[in-house]
Amino acid sequence: MIAGISAADLALLVGGLLAFLLAATGIGRMLQLRYSPDGSNAVVENLNDRIRSWWIMVVLMGIALMGGQAGITLLFAFCSFAALREVMTLQDIRRSDHWALLAAFFVALPAQYYLIYTEWYGLYSILIPVYAFLLIPIIAVLRGDTEGFLMRVAGVQWALMICVYCTSHVPALLSLDIPGYEGRNVLLIAFLILVVQTSDVAQYVWGKLLGRTRIAPNVSPSKTLEGLIGGALSAILIGVALSWITPFTPWQAGLLSFVIVMLGFLGGLVMSAIKRDRGVKDWGHLIAGHGGMTDRMDSVIFAAPVFFHLVRYGWSVT
Amino acid sequence: MTRILPEIAATALVIFSRFITAARAIWLGCAPENRRRVYFANHTSNGDFVLVWAVLPHRLRQMTRPVAASDYWLKSRLRAFIGQQVFRAVLINRIPAERTEDPVMQMAQALDAGDSLILFPEGRRNTGEDLLLPFKSGLYHLARMRPEVDLVPVWIENLNRVLPKGEVIPIPLICTVTFGAALHLAGGETKDAFLGRAAAALRALAATTERPRA
Repeated sequence: MIAGISAADLALLVGGLLAFLLAATGIGRMLQLRYSPDGSNAVVENLNDRIRSWWIMVVLMGIALMGGQAGITLLFAFCSFAALREVMTLQDIRRSDHWALLAAFFVALPAQYYLIYTEWYGLYSILIPVYAFLLIPIIAVLRGDTEGFLMRVAGVQWALMICVYCTSHVPALLSLDIPGYEGRNVLLIAFLILVVQTSDVAQYVWGKLLGRTRIAPNVSPSKTLEGLIGGALSAILIGVALSWITPFTPWQAGLLSFVIVMLGFLGGLVMSAIKRDRGVKDWGHLIAGHGGMTDRMDSVIFAAPVFFHLVRYGWSVT
Repeated sequence: MTRILPEIAATALVIFSRFITAARAIWLGCAPENRRRVYFANHTSNGDFVLVWAVLPHRLRQMTRPVAASDYWLKSRLRAFIGQQVFRAVLINRIPAERTEDPVMQMAQALDAGDSLILFPEGRRNTGEDLLLPFKSGLYHLARMRPEVDLVPVWIENLNRVLPKGEVIPIPLICTVTFGAALHLAGGETKDAFLGRAAAALRALAATTERPRA
């Protein structure tokens, strides 16, 4: 039980994901036969690329789950690393930022995840907002380059908060101590990720089917009100349906899903605004069909800390 | 047996450079084919040829040798091992007075043996604001000596930020390596005209890479 996962829960999770992916792959194949036999329909090809990437992501998540708490923490540490690499690539970095960035990648990131692993809530909650916040500009100023100083240190701090601090609240869910829910915390991660990703996928599908009214034409032209409402309702429905794997009642699961969906949506908008400002479409090319790690994670990033704290205050005794 | 240690070292270097840079090849003007080529690239960092090497398919990598300076790569035993055994570099002497071999002849011989080359025509690392330094004439002389060989422009984006001159530990940032269309020396083309055309091909590739607005 050190792993925080029981065999029955593991089988349930893996079985459920496999069934879902098999269904998605079958549908993708049918669409391809029907609409894109020669590979010419970009939407269908992108959908199949995404499904193939989902297989890889699910297999990686499966391997991490077998590694228990250490495996899951390592997996998200790697996600943070890849996301931070993407976000820093798009910033204006000067040679004099070299040490500050080394500190961000090779000190702050591993330290944060080590503290998450040892469940030291008091320190991991402030490591980046306080200590990295003070130390990174100190390291930067020692190189003596003042040009664009505030922008540069703010950029590093922001990237650390988004890619490392917020993301690390996903594996932090394993450390919560909820009476009557011992050893099942990994299902909280599953709940969070399933609701967020359902919302992303459903917004995309509803947007393609019914999308008319653009919500933020200047930031993300593909986001529509119809997509948002359809996606949010679908995700809340999934959240309520999943309440039996959580410590929440169906009502509570629905409300938490609503919070997750809205933060995920707004987080996606924020990240789009940055991409648009930097003149790129995707953060990277790590995941075929999806773009970069940050493109896949943006909604999770914004939802994770809030979900963590709501559950911690409402249900946990730690 | 003697190739095992260099093979392991090469694989480790490739994995490490992928971990740091998530390096990605963009084949714009040619395909990763098994042809004799001279890949000529911009030079901003000591990691440059590791990166070109890392994005080549494994078979091509085994048949591609960097052209490098002997004064740098023979300085210590470790460097000599990496330069001669791992990269199988064609080591040329940058100081004309000390030369015992003609560098262009050395490169031509490597091509004749069936290998491809990675060449940095700027001759040294570019640390300035300009995209490229003026090209040395070696590329032209090689093109004249072996006119049938493909000269492929290669633009390396971002590595100057990963490992600036004087730093030892690289920071993780995403790099791309873009391969353009092959060049050949035209009949009657002068040295200056050819080198100008080669530099222009490299600049054109640089313009295609997706870079954040400053």
